[in-house]
Parts: sequence; C-alpha cells; structure tokens
Amino acid sequence: MTNWSPTILTRVMLGVAVFLSAFPLYWMLVIASRTNADAVSVPPPFLPGGNLGENIVAVLNNEDAKFLLGLTNSFIVATVVTVSVVIISTLAGFSFANLNFKGRNLLLVLVLLTMAVPLQQMGVVPLYRLMVSLEWTGTLKAVILPYLLNGFGVFLMTQYTRQAVPMELVEAARVDGAATLRIWWNVVLPAVRPGMAVLGINTFMLMWNDFMWPLIVLTPDNPTVQIAITSLNARFSTNYTLIFAGTALSIIPLIAVFVAFGRQIVGGLMEGAVKA
Amino acid sequence: MPYALVSPYFILFAAFGLFPLAFTLYYSLYDYDLAGTTEWAGLDNYAALLADDDFWRAVVNTVAMFLIATVPQMLLALFLANALNKRFRFRLAIRMSVLLPLVTSVVAVAVVFTQLYARDWGLVNWILGAFGVENTNWRAERVPSWIAIATMVDWRWTGYNAIIFLAGMQTIPRDLYEAAAIDGASRRRQFWQITLPMLRPTMIFVVLNSTIGGLTLFSEPTTFYNGNVDGGSQGQFQTVAMFIVKQGFREFDYGYAAAAAWLLFLLILIGAAINFLFVRRIGGTK
Repeated sequence: MTNWSPTILTRVMLGVAVFLSAFPLYWMLVIASRTNADAVSVPPPFLPGGNLGENIVAVLNNEDAKFLLGLTNSFIVATVVTVSVVIISTLAGFSFANLNFKGRNLLLVLVLLTMAVPLQQMGVVPLYRLMVSLEWTGTLKAVILPYLLNGFGVFLMTQYTRQAVPMELVEAARVDGAATLRIWWNVVLPAVRPGMAVLGINTFMLMWNDFMWPLIVLTPDNPTVQIAITSLNARFSTNYTLIFAGTALSIIPLIAVFVAFGRQIVGGLMEGAVKA
Repeated sequence: MPYALVSPYFILFAAFGLFPLAFTLYYSLYDYDLAGTTEWAGLDNYAALLADDDFWRAVVNTVAMFLIATVPQMLLALFLANALNKRFRFRLAIRMSVLLPLVTSVVAVAVVFTQLYARDWGLVNWILGAFGVENTNWRAERVPSWIAIATMVDWRWTGYNAIIFLAGMQTIPRDLYEAAAIDGASRRRQFWQITLPMLRPTMIFVVLNSTIGGLTLFSEPTTFYNGNVDGGSQGQFQTVAMFIVKQGFREFDYGYAAAAAWLLFLLILIGAAINFLFVRRIGGTK
C-alpha cells in the first residue's frame, strides 16, 4: 500500500486547502474583536484584538438591527422545517421503499423531477402573491411553508430505507399482525435513524442560510438572522466591527452543530453521494 | 395506507411546487402595472425580455460568473479529492475543515469577502500591492467583480465537491490500480486513465448541482452590494435571479419577472444539457 501514502505535494495541497477553508472565518474573528480604526488600517491587522465581547454586546443591544430576534426567528424556522421535513420524508421514504402500491414508480419519478427544478427562484412571484392574499407576508409562516416541500429528503430517505430495512423484515412484522403505522414506528424508524440525522442536519443548515425568499417575504422588523446581517450591512456600512460581530454570532450555532456531528455529516455526505 | 403516507409530500408539492410553476406561466402571459390592472399580453413579455439589454447583461454576468467559478472549482476539487484519498493522519479533521465553508452562512461569508476585497484597505489589494499591482476596485469594474464573486462561490463549494468526488473515488476497485501499476502506468497516468473515467457518474451529479446553483446565484452578489439587487452601479454583477427579484419586487412588474423566471429555467436546461454532453466525453473511451 505504499502507493497510497501522500507525497510532499499532496501534503502541501492539503495544508493549503485547510488554511484557505479556515482563513475567512479566522478573519471574521479578527475584525469582530477589533475596533473600526483597526479594520480599515493598512496593513490589515492579523491577530485578534480584545474587543469581541464589547462588539457582540453592541450588536445585541442595537435596536435597529433586531439581531436577537433574527437569531430566534432563524432558530424557529430552521427547527420547524427540519422536524417536518424529516417526518414527511421518512413516511414517504418508507412507503416508496417497503410498500407496494399502484403508481409508485410514477410518483417517485415525480419526486426526482421536483429535485431538478429550482422552485424557489422559479415560482417566486406566485408564491409571494399567495402570501400577500393570505396576509402572511412578514410572518415566519410565509418562510416556513414553501420549504416543507423537499424532494431531496424524500429521495434520500427512500434510498436509505431501501438499504436499511429489508422487505423481509417488514413482511415478517406484517405476518405478526402489525399495522402499517406500527411497523413504521417500531421497525423502520429505529433502523433509519442515521439517515434522518443526515437529512436533519442538512435541512437545518440550508434553512439557517436561506436568503432570497426571506429577503422578499419578510421585513427588517421581523428578520431571520441573514436578513438582520443584511440590514446591519446596509444601515451601518462603515461600522465593520458591529457587522462582523453579527456575522460571527450568526455562524456560531452552525459551527456548534458541525463540531458535534462532524463525523456523521462527512459520512452521510459521502454515503449519499455514492447512492444518488 | 401507502397513499396516506406519501400524501403529505404530494399535497405540499401541489401547493408549493405545481401551483407556483403553473401560475408563473400564467403571470408571464399578462401585463401588470403598478395600479394593479392586468391585461392579456400573450408572448409580449418574452419578446420584450429578449430585446432588453438589462436582461442580456444579467444573462452574460450569470454565465460568466458561473464559468469563472466552476471551471477552476471542478479541477481543484478533483485534485483535492485525489489528495484526500491518500492515507494520512488527522483524516477526519482535515475532511471536516474542507467542509467548514459549507456550514457557514452565505451572507456572513459574503460580508467577510467584501471586506477582504475592499479597495483601499482590503487584504487582497494589500497582498497584490506587495507584488506591485495597483489597487483594484473589485466592486466597480465588471470582470474584477465577477472574479471576486466567483471566489466566494468557490470558497464555499470546492471542499464539498471534493468530498463528493472522494466518495466516488472510494468506490473504484483497487485492483484496477494494482493491475495498472503492474503494467507500469505512472500514478499520473492512473489518475487520468482510471480515476477520471470511473468518476463519470459522480461528476454528472456534481456538475448538474453546480449548474443549477451557479445559474441561480443570488446571495453572494446581492450581499456584495449591501443587500441591493441592482448588482453594482452599472448592474455589472447583477445575475438573472437578482433581475427577477428586481423586476418582481421593486418594479412590481410581475408578468415580466415571471417570464424572466421561465427564461432562467430554459437557461438551466441548456446549461445542464451542455454539461451533460461535456461530462459524457470526459475520459474518452471506457
């Protein structure tokens, strides 16, 4: 296996990749912990300063930014969408993978097709008009509902269930007299938990980062965290430490999730890629 | 019972998938004005778009940024995946670090890069200055703004695509390499003759994903101009997605925006088809 050991070039390349991946985040921390005068000095500062706490307090206390509200809203939106998408996808995935019914393949193809259409960009005008007529603009409902439709989730859970829950298992449970929902709860759910975790983490991150639709349908008075950063950026464009402290706050929850579930995220991504 | 289990998805699909698509088509055939009156317009919106310089500028910007971002990104991701496929210590930590960009929020990253690209005190100009390059105004000029935005996209997605390529590489049977080594094929040759052709299915997935993502680009260029969908003073980095939002939600020309959305879809189909044909030829004979 000597063939697989890395050359110097490989090591250098990996080092550069790790450095470049981490650098903008490090930079965020540097500016977020400095003063505004430091942020615009030449040459730029390369080490963190001592003002991080101060700057974060300033962001949280800024009445116009509504940053705390933005964080809370993003948390609500991401959690509700994640839980719903995971449940909907697990149910549908079980159905497609383990149950026989008329039109199954046709419906599955339909799911695949929805994955290929960028609905958020394509359907933005009617979706907005729908929210206006329901008087939901400016509310979190308007952000949450369109994202409950997630073709990728159904596809992923179908693939995962196929491999994790053999048909024989389902049939054996049925012979024992278990009802379909019971089989789902007792047999399928425990087996597909890793797949649910991957889908859940994925959905949470996508929702936390979502930008275009909330920018259209929400107002700065009731923002998600991305919208809150955007208004900070627009209103206090020269107050770099304020903006950067905000961006640092906005990624802390994601980094926490990532560090906690890093192994599953990497593993899940790689597994999903090969199966898809 | 199976129908009940899949029904939540398809109810959502009808409400938030089918309905918006159908109505986008419907809106695109009408003329809306600010007073809220509507009038049948047939294909007028489409004809007007095809004659609209602003729309074409957005198309050129989008395609240019897509190419500037994607071509180097695919190459880098391939080589990075190849490197990640070797044996070394701290494997998980290194794989996690190249995925780190993916889990940071797009807007936050765009804010950071915008500062790095600042004309007078940005780090990029400072480094280039050390090589005698004069300060570039990354936001004001067309090609520099494309490059700046493309680097934001690449920073985010190169590591992710490398991990996907890596997953594909690990499914390639090792005896293929061993046989090639016995035949005296160099490692470089093995990469081009075995790895690349065997990666084709993974590559189709990655390229399609990048095409859809790249042609609908919105967050990075919007944040680069402080959350404004104009894409710079001359629209030099306005993408088609930004154009749609501007027409629909600032000019309130719903019909025009809807027609533009369908043309964007057409653009994605064309892009996907070209990429598909291109990837099919990669690695030549198999």
